[in-house]
Amino acid sequence: MAATSDIVTIRNVTKSYRRGNQLVPVLEDISFDIHSGEFLALMGPSGSGKSTLLNLIAGIDKVDSGSIIIGGCEITTLNETELAGWRAVNVGFVFQFYNLIPVLTAYENVELPLLLTRLSRRERREHVEAALEIVSLTDRMDHRPSQLSGGQQQRVAVARAIVTDPAILVADEPTGDLDRVSAGEILSLMDHLVQDFHKTIIMVTHDPRAAEKAHSIRHLEKGLLTDG
Amino acid sequence: MFMVKYILRNAFRHKLRALLTVTGVAIAILAFGLLRTLVGLWYLGVESSSSTRLVARNAISLVFSLPISYKERIRQIPGVTKAGAMSWFGGIYISEKNFFPNFAIEPQAFLDLYPEFLLSPEEQKGFLLDRQGAVVGRKLAAKQGWKLGDRVILKGTIYPGQWDFVIRGIYRGAQRSTDETQFFFNWDYLNETLRRTIPRRADQTGIYIIGVSKPEKAAEVAQAIDLTFKNSLAETMTETEKAFQLSFVSMTEAIMIAIKIVSYVVIVIIMVVAANTMAMTARERIAEYATLKTLGFQWYHVAGAVFGESLFIAALGGIAGIFGTFPAAGVIETELSQFFPSFQVTATTIVLQMTAAVLVGTTAAIFPTWRAATIRIADGLRRIG
Repeated sequence: MAATSDIVTIRNVTKSYRRGNQLVPVLEDISFDIHSGEFLALMGPSGSGKSTLLNLIAGIDKVDSGSIIIGGCEITTLNETELAGWRAVNVGFVFQFYNLIPVLTAYENVELPLLLTRLSRRERREHVEAALEIVSLTDRMDHRPSQLSGGQQQRVAVARAIVTDPAILVADEPTGDLDRVSAGEILSLMDHLVQDFHKTIIMVTHDPRAAEKAHSIRHLEKGLLTDG
Repeated sequence: MFMVKYILRNAFRHKLRALLTVTGVAIAILAFGLLRTLVGLWYLGVESSSSTRLVARNAISLVFSLPISYKERIRQIPGVTKAGAMSWFGGIYISEKNFFPNFAIEPQAFLDLYPEFLLSPEEQKGFLLDRQGAVVGRKLAAKQGWKLGDRVILKGTIYPGQWDFVIRGIYRGAQRSTDETQFFFNWDYLNETLRRTIPRRADQTGIYIIGVSKPEKAAEVAQAIDLTFKNSLAETMTETEKAFQLSFVSMTEAIMIAIKIVSYVVIVIIMVVAANTMAMTARERIAEYATLKTLGFQWYHVAGAVFGESLFIAALGGIAGIFGTFPAAGVIETELSQFFPSFQVTATTIVLQMTAAVLVGTTAAIFPTWRAATIRIADGLRRIG
């Protein structure tokens, strides 16, 4: 994929939530593009709609109106089952609280997305080890999340996100639960993924230091993009 | 393979909670099994009754006796092979705590009509020759420490006085379900004593046990017997041994229904407890299930994980409960042998226990499975932290 082509096209996206009898608008007429290989930070105050926008791009929530086209696929037309299959192949997720499965080892957590593919056990092992190598955690693959530090858990989560080699990584406050050093390590890792593996990263963050690492920043306020 | 691993590890994620739930299910299944066994035992006499035996009693009530002179007339009715007197004696051995059923019977007719009571030829001979001879069941003899030749004194309740007996035989049951806690002695001994002490009560019997040549003739023979004594001073009511036993069971039907209800209530209670545990477990793991869905797992993967865990815990408890039922039944059989001569857990009871365990697991999983399978990812992910 060319480095400058658009991988994400968002057009006139609107989203609202129902709270009791009231319809609360969250996103209003959002349109913008994200280039392939871009490291984009979405910023804004709490309740501005940035996580909702991230969820819509990642295909874990549905728009009320508008369209989102990712890698040529209009995901807003897919049903739940199709979306699940699409996510498994095209998107890697990094969450604020890592969202690792506590009863599985680091290796097994990273292997999770591959269980939905047709890869053999040996092929899965190769992929998992490669992903853990990238995040420098091969020596901790048999540890459970509770035996790892926050930074290490987030690195396992990054390994899980990249193990299927998706084009896009979405990260919701990936440094929000980490100390400064660990947060720096994660941001460097993400930068490495963009620079060396040409991943497109869309990151929601409150942290200006984290946003500095991004190639571009988009600000949301009350459901509207404030920077065009 | 992953799902199995995930279910097994999840099941013991909170070890204490898992242990308590498994123990709860095990105790409920054990209690259910014991109660079902008890209900089954109540009908054991009915089920083990012979199709070739009839029982004739006074048509007014079992309380009233029949003249012994009926015996020869019954024997002459076509289809009858044997007839023998039998009277409930109601004697007490030392104290009322030592209750066991004791009957006056006619030895030869008894031995012919009850092939399920196994005695050696020597014991049979000894019993036939001794007017004060008695045969007792193996379990009763073991409990009281009796052996052949021992003298046993029963205190009469229906027939006053001290009654001396000599143990001439210790019978074994032909089947495991045969009652081995009974005491039989010679009806002639009772009758001859009554002739001396209370003559007006002599030459009477409580019931007649009647053998018929073919089971299909039972109804016809019973009708013939009752017709023979119609309009006499003591009219008879003759029925199959099964019907006779059922009339006793029907007296306590309400108790049996209550026990059956309690057995179901036990299962319902554990269902609610298990459902609560599973609901709590699923609620705690909503973010985890949302994560799995985010990664591309479908609703049925998540549903399978919750359902499988519930079923696994219930199955573990069920198996533990079933295995526990056997020693518990053994203890009941030993300690309460005067009430439960045979406390055997049947295959049907085990099947019912397994079914109950599966039902507990399934019912407990319904709500949490539905909740986990239908949770919106965005909502589920918000539950963390």
